[in-house]
Amino acid sequence: MSVFVYTENWDGKFKKISFELVSYGYAMAKQLNVDLHIVSIGEVNNDELVKLAKYGAMKIHQVKTGINVFDPKVYSAILSALCQQAAAETIIFAHNNTGKALAPRLSVRLNAGLVAAAIGLPKSYKPFVVSKKLFTGKAYSDIEVKTQKQVITLSQNAYGIFENNSEAEIIFHDMSDYANNSAIKLKDVSKVTGKVLLNDAEIVISGGRGMKAPENWGPIEELAEILGGATACSRPVSDEGWRPHSEHTGQTGKVIAPNLYFAFGISGAIQHVAGVSSSKIIVAVNKDPEAPIFEVADYGIVGDALKIVPELVNEVKKLKKE
Amino acid sequence: MKILICLSNVPDTTTKIKFVENNTKFDTNGVQWIINPWDELALTRAVELKEKNPSSVETVAVISVGLQDFEATIRKALAIGADNAFRINAEPKDAYFVAFQLAEVIKKESFDIILAGIESSDYNGNAVGSMLAEILDMNSVSAVSKLDIENNTVLVNREIDGGTEQLEVQSPVVLIVQKGIAIEPRIPAMRGIMMARTKPLLVSEVVSSEEYCKPLTYELPAPKAKVKLVDPENPAELIRLLHEEAKAF
Repeated sequence: MSVFVYTENWDGKFKKISFELVSYGYAMAKQLNVDLHIVSIGEVNNDELVKLAKYGAMKIHQVKTGINVFDPKVYSAILSALCQQAAAETIIFAHNNTGKALAPRLSVRLNAGLVAAAIGLPKSYKPFVVSKKLFTGKAYSDIEVKTQKQVITLSQNAYGIFENNSEAEIIFHDMSDYANNSAIKLKDVSKVTGKVLLNDAEIVISGGRGMKAPENWGPIEELAEILGGATACSRPVSDEGWRPHSEHTGQTGKVIAPNLYFAFGISGAIQHVAGVSSSKIIVAVNKDPEAPIFEVADYGIVGDALKIVPELVNEVKKLKKE
Repeated sequence: MKILICLSNVPDTTTKIKFVENNTKFDTNGVQWIINPWDELALTRAVELKEKNPSSVETVAVISVGLQDFEATIRKALAIGADNAFRINAEPKDAYFVAFQLAEVIKKESFDIILAGIESSDYNGNAVGSMLAEILDMNSVSAVSKLDIENNTVLVNREIDGGTEQLEVQSPVVLIVQKGIAIEPRIPAMRGIMMARTKPLLVSEVVSSEEYCKPLTYELPAPKAKVKLVDPENPAELIRLLHEEAKAF
């Protein structure tokens, strides 16, 4: 028996989420007293792979596929074969685009119940019960898995990163034959570089209709720059075309969980709050003292965001100089 | 090509979430049910494609697992422009149950493109589309934000961290779609509503299947502590609190 973790890489590098998954898998393997297997697909060099061992990786499987595109059917066939080899009982993915594409396929292949968006370690192992988010974080539920195996996607920032220095054994697999009939062809890719991505950001600065016009976003972008954060917006703002759709946070847009979330001129409609309520600290600036955003905010200023945001930028600049 | 959209029936996104029977059941009292927002966008795009190029899109069908009371939502989908509908007469249980029931019907038909929303806005399983693909041994692409059909080739955009990939995919394929596939859902026109009444809706009975997961209890998040308000004349105080008290930067 074993616990099995899939760690995605981004151009050959792991991210915080990868280390969080290994930490989570390690804790579970320890409680169950079984082995921990980590799988990485695609080109990652050994120095990068060894980083995983800092968080408790025992056996690290490095898989070569020979394709340059993420094909969920091919990847799940590969993962399923490795899971069977490792006698995996619990398979863990991140609750991100890749995890959401693979976990359900693995669940069917391995006849294993799927719990999406888990928020911590299992409450019990026999039966297997774990808590998950539902209604986009507006509620939680304890889910019992009825099958012998289980597949879990872990919500971002739900567990944390813990160091557990371990020995790492790296095992190389050439599984190119699985990719022979991939039906997905990559035609082109466009990527923003040099910007902090909304999903990775520790600090997110978000503007709503209270910012009045797209040309007023200067201070928001400046604050993001100074704090090393990412910019976001509410739905009306992206619907108006003031900001790109990729910045829309909320129930139908991106669901995020940064350490610090600034809501400037956002009233806090229930759908918006659902997308950001997992943030550790929420700061709101809004003219309307009755705005629902103040019900979920930790800190706030009742006032015009247009006037206050530039002042906050100046204060942060002063602080950074000290 | 034949396009199928998987629909799920969800509480309106403004619903106040409550639980009853000792927190073991979702309180459906007074809940307004709607087509899952992403499913509705997928349907909107499929109908657009058919209108734009009737020679490449032969039919647009919808399918869902639900009891009789779900038919209002299905009729709305037909009014938006779907040609025909399938309903499997069962209370939707976990994602595997739903995917399994859908697959049983789909196996008897033949579809080139199956569209599913990225998640249902209630249980957030993010699972049915990809499970269906695996059961049917089909290709799948997730996080699809654009769909075009050119000379019988399926072209999609897939959202990745910080960017977009343009992919060409062989059909049959299951596409799990998100916002961007269409921006606004289409509102049914009066003519569509009239026509929807007579469009075919095929009801089939449930096939027994295994239950993978079962919710035991539900709970609401603990209420947050009251917001700490700072004088608007003293923004420096807010930054100080964030720095020293919250240690946020």
